[in-house]
Amino acid sequence: MIPAPFDYVRPGSVEEACQALAADEDAKVLAGGQSLLPLLRLRLAYPSTLVDIGRLPELSGVHDRDDHVYIGAMTTHDDVLRSPVIHGACPLVALAAATVADPAVRHRGTFGGSLAHGDPAGDLPAVVLALDAVLVARSARGEREIPAAEFFADYLETALEPDEILAGVRIPKLGPGWGYHYEKFHRTAQAWAVVGVAAAVKRSDGGIEEARIGLTNMGATPVRARAAEAALRGAEAGDRVRAACEEAAADTSPPADLHAQPDYRRHLARVLTHRAVRTAAGWG
Amino acid sequence: MTELDAGLVGEQIAESGQISEPDGAREIGRARRRKEDRRLLTGHTRWTDNLQQPGMLHVMFVRSPMAHARITRVDVSAARDLPGVVAAFSGRDFADEQGSLPCAWPVSEDIVIPDHPPMAVSQVRYVGEAVACVIATDRYRAADALEAVEVDYEPLPAVMDMNEALAPDSPKVHEAGNKAFSVTITSGDVEAALRDAPVVIDRTYVQQRLIPSAMEPRAVLASTDGDTFTLWSSTQIPHVLRVMLAVTTGIPEHRLRVIAPDVGGGFGSKLQVTAEEVLCLLLTRRLGVPVKWTESRSEGNLTVHHGRDQIQHLTLAAEADGRIRGLRVRLLADMGAYLMLVTPGIPMLGASMFNGIYKMDAYEFGCTGVFTTKMPTDAYRGAGRPEATFAIERIMDELAAELKMDPVEVRRRNWIGHEEFPYTTVSGLTYDSGNYEAATDRALALFGYDKLRAEQADRRDRRDPVQLGIGVSTYTEMCGLAPSRMLGMANYGAGGWEHGSVRMLPTGKVEVITGTSPHGQGHVTAWSQIVADSLGVPFDDVTVLHGDTAIAHKGMDTYGSRSLVIGGVAVLQACEKVKAKARKLAAHLLECSPDDLEFDGGAFTVRGTGSAKTIQELAFAAFTAHDLPEGVEARLDSDATFDPDNYSFPHGTHLCAVEVDTETGQARIRSYVAVDDVGRVVNPLIVRGQVHGGIAQGIAQALFEEAVYDADGNLLTTTMADYLLPSAADLPDFTTDRTETPSTGNPLGVKGVGEAGTIASTPAVVNAVVDALRPYGIDDIRMPCTPERIWRALEGARS
Ligand SMILES: Cc1cc2nc3c(=O)[nH]c(=O)nc-3n(C[C@H](O)[C@H](O)[C@H](O)COP(=O)(O)OP(=O)(O)OC[C@H]3O[C@@H](n4cnc5c(N)ncnc54)[C@H](O)[C@@H]3O)c2cc1C
Repeated sequence: MIPAPFDYVRPGSVEEACQALAADEDAKVLAGGQSLLPLLRLRLAYPSTLVDIGRLPELSGVHDRDDHVYIGAMTTHDDVLRSPVIHGACPLVALAAATVADPAVRHRGTFGGSLAHGDPAGDLPAVVLALDAVLVARSARGEREIPAAEFFADYLETALEPDEILAGVRIPKLGPGWGYHYEKFHRTAQAWAVVGVAAAVKRSDGGIEEARIGLTNMGATPVRARAAEAALRGAEAGDRVRAACEEAAADTSPPADLHAQPDYRRHLARVLTHRAVRTAAGWG
Repeated sequence: MTELDAGLVGEQIAESGQISEPDGAREIGRARRRKEDRRLLTGHTRWTDNLQQPGMLHVMFVRSPMAHARITRVDVSAARDLPGVVAAFSGRDFADEQGSLPCAWPVSEDIVIPDHPPMAVSQVRYVGEAVACVIATDRYRAADALEAVEVDYEPLPAVMDMNEALAPDSPKVHEAGNKAFSVTITSGDVEAALRDAPVVIDRTYVQQRLIPSAMEPRAVLASTDGDTFTLWSSTQIPHVLRVMLAVTTGIPEHRLRVIAPDVGGGFGSKLQVTAEEVLCLLLTRRLGVPVKWTESRSEGNLTVHHGRDQIQHLTLAAEADGRIRGLRVRLLADMGAYLMLVTPGIPMLGASMFNGIYKMDAYEFGCTGVFTTKMPTDAYRGAGRPEATFAIERIMDELAAELKMDPVEVRRRNWIGHEEFPYTTVSGLTYDSGNYEAATDRALALFGYDKLRAEQADRRDRRDPVQLGIGVSTYTEMCGLAPSRMLGMANYGAGGWEHGSVRMLPTGKVEVITGTSPHGQGHVTAWSQIVADSLGVPFDDVTVLHGDTAIAHKGMDTYGSRSLVIGGVAVLQACEKVKAKARKLAAHLLECSPDDLEFDGGAFTVRGTGSAKTIQELAFAAFTAHDLPEGVEARLDSDATFDPDNYSFPHGTHLCAVEVDTETGQARIRSYVAVDDVGRVVNPLIVRGQVHGGIAQGIAQALFEEAVYDADGNLLTTTMADYLLPSAADLPDFTTDRTETPSTGNPLGVKGVGEAGTIASTPAVVNAVVDALRPYGIDDIRMPCTPERIWRALEGARS
């Protein structure tokens, strides 16, 4: 890998890291490097300084808090998918993290990096969106909270200011009665999602009380399938669920690339949403 | 069934006598672990990129971002001024000395071989063509300097589509036009065969363009002491390369040494004389210091020669009972922008193979090579034969469908019976041996064919969203390139012999030198087994040297599944000569006639007595030379050059079961059975490895890989996120087994195995996919059979 020249700093505290970012507007945070380094290799990014936040223990780890789970931004995908806390309280996060790339990438890539990178093809953005997570940002100016629904601004763009670090994410605990599934459709085992569907479904009386659905790679940002969510409310297993899932691609503008044209992505979103909802509801 | 189970099945067959298993003492036939692997796996390797030379500089190339353009200005001065940059050159700076990259296979009288400067001087014809280079003290500085080179282009229209390229009003890739050559071969009367034929099947298949992806990217290091030149390259062909570089650069052959150190795969992509090899030599000559170049993966995707890329139009005429009358083949073969080492020869390697294993009276093959503004194509695993095999095996399934016949049955009615060998086919090749019945019966049994057909029928009845498809491929291929006489007839620029030499060292160990150039095949192990059996020495006492023209002074290198069939036999023959010498020496020392000696277990024994001399004792006696007979020199070594009379024709039957999810379009391989007949087997473990890798690569063409250019000639698949290589996780367990019909063309009875898996598997998989979709009225899916293509076909069929 031969990137263009850059400076490198490895701060000893989050405060120092924030200062380093504040001091240089072309500086970039380096987390696991699994998305940033490919960009540097292809010379698609020319940051002046890399601020390596890899040795800040306070940024990593999974914490069980009363009504939410707090995942430090630097927690690796591998640590996420092995966390008993996550398996217990928000298993959807682990289900999706397990589908990311391969073991090598999962051991370096981070939960926060996946979100901060803002790639709609990433598997975790749709998950935090579906779970209505809250993202916690730090800068020299202080700390602020950003709801997931406001975090993903555009393709590879987030609500983070250039001087902000994503410190961690609060995943609300949904409580009993919920089932989860992440349905990823990809061409090879290590490939990115052509389309992915993150589903959280609450069942009652044999039907669906509430469904939350996040879509991967169905637009410039991850999106919620709101129309399908609405149609699923109160639906019982069978044709009504299928019909509701037909709404999954409503109001999406999926990309065209080598792996799929938009109409095929819309079709996949419908089929995969149906599969994800059924599995999450325990009818799979 | 797992691979391991299948291995056990193989041993059961051995008991029934079909496969020769080694008796305890023999090395040939033993599943020896590879001698190479400890070193390779523990990283004690010498890849070209690892090599360092004092004062070595690094070269990188500025590559054209335009598919077709005139170069109006190249300014390297800003790059030259950067820190760490030693020199920078444009194509013009080498215009007088760089010559033209060679094409060694002018396949026809009418062929046009355009000038191919290693660095473009006035015009570029594909994205990635080198236009300038920078030489710096390290790769980082070189990479930065690339961005400081200024090149102005005046765009010309890209020529991307072969049919459009042949239209009279098409923009021209070269002055002389877009047709590189055309060839027609006829045998029998195809017109007559087609006329009033009860069944005529007419199909067009597309062989997509592929990018060979060897694990080790290409790398070159060149150095000179002012008098002699040394070139290290990640190449399959150090010997051919030396000759070609001498001719291209004018460096006298005797002052040029070419070394292929450890080479991490090639698949044909390193059977080439590359621009970078020529330019590294010229740069070291001009600068007087060593220079090294290593490609990045993206650079490799752009500029390693590509494979396949044909449009195949077939017309098959048959009787109502399925017997074939005749076959007509019309090919368009995409040459890309230039003709490289054997570019035009690739489709010609398939010219006599479209008839496959089938009998017919009439055959016609026509091929037009077409220039386009893309990376040139050239050899890629199978080279011409996968394309031919795909086409015939696909259309055999169409014939079966048309006649509502089982695809295996239609093949049975047409194939050459085992009692008919040697058999001269309609296209003029003579297949030496084979037993298609045995391989097919074995494969059907392992596969559980009838049970899977029953499941398929059930799923069809139930309209299961997941449909089952079954694909068969009964292939043969022509390999072991090749008889020099036949290559000469095909107007190929070199011979096809191979050289081996064997020398007994004073301590009784054996040093073998081979002209083959292994890059992952395991020749060191297999040759050791051959030598151990022939000379009666321990397997561990044999070493094999290769890949350096100063050590292996003669050779034709490794490609076309030729190494064992030709190079292995040359080593065996050198051993036999060593033994003949040793016999004379033993007779002298034991004071008997050579005829009184029998050779067994590594020793000459005087028949009926206990007196003996081991080969090791004889090696020492030859070394001391104290008591040699008249006319025997003080050395126990010999050389041999083997040139067979014919190609070798491995064959086999592959069966594939695919599940197609009709909702998403995804095709997933459920089971895969391969029964290959590669003649006698020297090392079953190596054979199995070749078959596994080969199948994986053929499946990759069927389902995953495709080089995609846009209409402007930009390659879109420059990274592995876009050019999809399957990994183990995407492939099923393979069940592999063998039948064994020895070749009659060489004393080992061996046939090539390097390409067989790749040739066989692609049509087996696509046949299975199409079989799953046939109830929907679908009779083809273009490769790779992506979920989106399958879904669109289903959508089309539903509406
Ligand atoms: C071969 C391969 C396959 C992959 N496949 C998948 C896949 O299938 N699914 C998937 O979801 N992902 C995939 N990824 C990406 C992977 O998940 C990465 O881990 C993730 O995209 C980025 O995390 P990172 O820690 O590596 O971030 P980095 O690469 O270090 O950073 C990415 C970007 O985010 C910024 N950033 C990172 N952390 C922070 C922070 N805490 N605060 C502020 N900004 C920050 C960086 O400045 C940079 O702009 C793949 C990666 C590779 C190399």
